[in-house]
Amino acid sequence: MTHFNLAASVDYFFNFFLMKGVLVTIGLTVAGVVGGLILGMGIALMRMSSNPVLSGFARFYIWFFRGTPLLIQLVVIYSGLPQLGIKFDVITCALVGLILNEAAYLAEIVRSGFMAVSAGQREAAWALSLSRWVTFRRITLPQAFRLMIPPLGNSINSLLKATSLASVISVEEIMRRSDMLMQEHFQILEVYAAATAYYLILTSVWDVAQRRLEKHFGRSSATRSRRSNATAPPTQAGLEARA
Amino acid sequence: MATDIDDVQGQPRKGEVAAVRMEAVYKYYGEFTALNEIDLKVASGEKIVICGPSGSGKSTLIRCINHIEKHDQGLIYVNGTELDDQRKNIDAIRRDTGMVFQSFNLFPHMTTLENCILAPMTVNGMTKQEAKDIAMHFLTKVRIPEQAEKFPGQLSGGQQQRVAIARALCMRPKIMLFDEPTSALDPEMVKEVLETMKKLAEEGMTMLCVTHEMGFAREVADRIVFMNEGKIVEQAAPENFFNHPASERARTFLEQILH
Repeated sequence: MTHFNLAASVDYFFNFFLMKGVLVTIGLTVAGVVGGLILGMGIALMRMSSNPVLSGFARFYIWFFRGTPLLIQLVVIYSGLPQLGIKFDVITCALVGLILNEAAYLAEIVRSGFMAVSAGQREAAWALSLSRWVTFRRITLPQAFRLMIPPLGNSINSLLKATSLASVISVEEIMRRSDMLMQEHFQILEVYAAATAYYLILTSVWDVAQRRLEKHFGRSSATRSRRSNATAPPTQAGLEARA
Repeated sequence: MATDIDDVQGQPRKGEVAAVRMEAVYKYYGEFTALNEIDLKVASGEKIVICGPSGSGKSTLIRCINHIEKHDQGLIYVNGTELDDQRKNIDAIRRDTGMVFQSFNLFPHMTTLENCILAPMTVNGMTKQEAKDIAMHFLTKVRIPEQAEKFPGQLSGGQQQRVAIARALCMRPKIMLFDEPTSALDPEMVKEVLETMKKLAEEGMTMLCVTHEMGFAREVADRIVFMNEGKIVEQAAPENFFNHPASERARTFLEQILH
């Protein structure tokens, strides 16, 4: 049999069973980003702390989770931890694994974003007697966030695809449900073509969203004072404004 | 301009609190002594120019006055408030002082107007309208009200520095600290910033300026403070300092800078 049944592939694309898997993929990604950002922010703050215990722990955390495959982390959480009497349902396992892993990457992104905001910005805020909180909220965070968007976008793109690994621990997202359809109908290419299409649509939608975000937050970054510009890589929007 | 030596030395008159008083102030960076036994009194309304070779501690000195840098030893009083570790004293001193930086340090993600109204609103609790009125008043004073809606990146260096001055003035400081305000500017923009500073001086603002602009120093300063290796080597009225520098170090410095 050397043909590709396009009609069947289109049918799989609009298959309700697979669509539900798409929602699970989206849910895992969103939860992974939100959870990963919150935890990652905490890890980044610890990493920047002058307390050696906190920064040491953060260093270890980042080293550990970036240095091991997500697949092993998921399998250990799902199949390994019950051996120690720690047991979660499968969705929780996937979420814990994805968030722990994502946080390690996001922590480094958050940290480099904050480090790239020049010390002069904080000094100017202090000289105006702004409180620490206002300085963080209105001065440091927005500038750091603008610098974080490009690497953050890439990380979210990776995470979206990495959720497919959760299929190994039987989370019924796009990949797992494609496997299930495939085993039922043996139309391998047709099923995976539909799954591939969904991944491409999701990553493309995110691409557009990311570009919008960059444009929105980069609107003021045309040319900047010498010193504060030195550490800030120009964003796409910044380059456009420059031209 | 005051020529009487007591006035020149900034001795506060009876009952008058000095704007800035530093007593035996030391600051270290590791082994390096950035400030070495600094004693300085600045009377209210006085204009001081601090000069000296690079690395002599000029910037460190004025950055210690509003606690951007923390001094390690000695006493600093600003308008009678002691600068210690207490938050409320630090805050009070920062409210009394405005600072202008070499690299402007405008907030690049905010418009000129937003730069100016942030502190009056969040620190002084003004309404947006009140803060805007004050901001426009000072932006007019530095002669760039038409740039209010622009972002710093769209302004020239000279304009950015004038916005930075207006932003500081919006907090109604009693003392203005200038940390090499024209050193990062292209030569043709130096003048507009110095003019703005002169105007401020004429209105009686207490000013401490670290600058290499000796023309400005001659014209505006009540007193020149010359520093070298973290120490105040000499202080004198401009005409005395430029015509008869007391120390050998100041003489060589002036030869180099005036050619």
